[in-house]
Amino acid sequence: MLNQKDILSTIEMIDQQHLDIRTITMGISLLSCCDENPQKALMKIYEKITRYAENLVKTGEDIEREFGIPIVNKRISVTPMALVAGASHTEDYAPFAAALDRAAKACGVNFIGGYSALVQKGMTEADEKLIRSIPKVLAETDLVCASVNVGSTRAGINVDAAALMGQVVKDTAAATTDRDGFGCAKLVVFCNAVEDNPFMAGAFHGVGEAERVINVGVSGPGVVHHALQAVKGQPLDVAAETVKKTAFRVTRMGQLVAQEASRRLDAPFGIVDLSLAPTPAIGDSVARILEELGVSVCGAHGTTAALALLNDAVKKGGVMASSSVGGLSGAFIPVSEDEGMIAAARAGTLCIDKLEAMTCVCSVGLDMIAVPGDTPAETIAAIIADEAAIGMVNNKTTAVRILPAPGKRVGDTIEMGGLLGSAPVMPVHPESSADFIHRGGRIPAPLHSLRN
Amino acid sequence: MNAIVTVLGHDKVGIIAAVCALLAKNNVNILDISQTILQGAFTMVMAVKMDASCSVGDLRTQLEALGQEMGITIRIQREEIFDAMHRI
Repeated sequence: MLNQKDILSTIEMIDQQHLDIRTITMGISLLSCCDENPQKALMKIYEKITRYAENLVKTGEDIEREFGIPIVNKRISVTPMALVAGASHTEDYAPFAAALDRAAKACGVNFIGGYSALVQKGMTEADEKLIRSIPKVLAETDLVCASVNVGSTRAGINVDAAALMGQVVKDTAAATTDRDGFGCAKLVVFCNAVEDNPFMAGAFHGVGEAERVINVGVSGPGVVHHALQAVKGQPLDVAAETVKKTAFRVTRMGQLVAQEASRRLDAPFGIVDLSLAPTPAIGDSVARILEELGVSVCGAHGTTAALALLNDAVKKGGVMASSSVGGLSGAFIPVSEDEGMIAAARAGTLCIDKLEAMTCVCSVGLDMIAVPGDTPAETIAAIIADEAAIGMVNNKTTAVRILPAPGKRVGDTIEMGGLLGSAPVMPVHPESSADFIHRGGRIPAPLHSLRN
Repeated sequence: MNAIVTVLGHDKVGIIAAVCALLAKNNVNILDISQTILQGAFTMVMAVKMDASCSVGDLRTQLEALGQEMGITIRIQREEIFDAMHRI
């Protein structure tokens, strides 16, 4: 029989340390829905999503009840919409987003991702139409998430696209002024975007993926934090071992849930994403793990090193525990969604420059950061370009999800509620980057020998 | 199907009797029980075997209701979750 101590430790993890499955995401290919006639395409899209994902939420809830493990989100990701909508003779892509929104609501999921375009090397007409429609779409729909990939290690950075996205982020904030620019929380700008990411807002179902697939994202910053409290003051290799063992347990649970969901929904199991995803709840923070490792406040010197240790140990433990690992797989550092990060940003210790350094060693990027509403579009584009450069050179995924909250200044806070939390408005450098961004063109792909 | 029932709360008369009676009524066989008082809290872990006619979801609803009535927390979870997390 199982050891009583093990059973009680699992229950304590769930009850007191916020252990949960963060998301079960069904990826659905919409390539078969392409049609010259946009009306027909919309019907096909709605029909296919609601047919495949009809039982997604119910299955998630059943598994939650039977295994006694909370499954926080059930979501859908679809083929990048620019690829599907591009086949239709229409100038207006907003109805495609509306169809996604309706389908998501019919299925009962809380987000649908894939209003996306992949433009790392160049933009098609469809890509550009889609990108320009993003502000309107994010203001008019509730559940649709948009993402745009502007760079990759193989293609370099499309600075024209980054410049356009700077403006799109501003316009999205303006279109949702009544909600403090909330639309930007549903918009991610990527470099090296992955095709099997189950986490929002950046999830889409890549073209290299199967017809449909189940991807699962686990969580557990609270569990890691708690485990580290038992090895206080011991050398960092001991801490790394402790994180590894904990990540192994958490991921095994994710693997079990993923396989069970895949079997019940008759959709192939894709990947488990090993990301440590925080929530604004006390005791569910990545920042507090770094502080447990000995950095007095997240953002102080040493934070990047602590994060590198954490991120690597989570992967090492997780890889052993799952038959297929993918997605973003790393520690997330979304400022507004992490109670410790919010506190550190309010105190002024955690700044955007430090966050940028942290993204060199972890997943995924400058995430859920509020900046002053009067930040110029070029500055946002330059932030996107900086982050994309880190991803491009280091062969990793990076992203920017930034909220220039209209009318807000440094020191203000924007409240988004729920898992999205609250974001203190952080300062950006006031000096202009406009001339750099206005040059446009592409930053060529980096050399991958002579590495230093 | 095997499942694990855990009961946590303040110790009082009749907890084991009430939980066992409910399980028996649902034709659930108890394979193993371990019970202890941990820092004043009643802690019981049971391994049980359910027949095909009984669903974990139903049993969970009944056990939760009983727990509420007695002022204790009663859970049932499929055994696989513990196997996955603690055994290779």
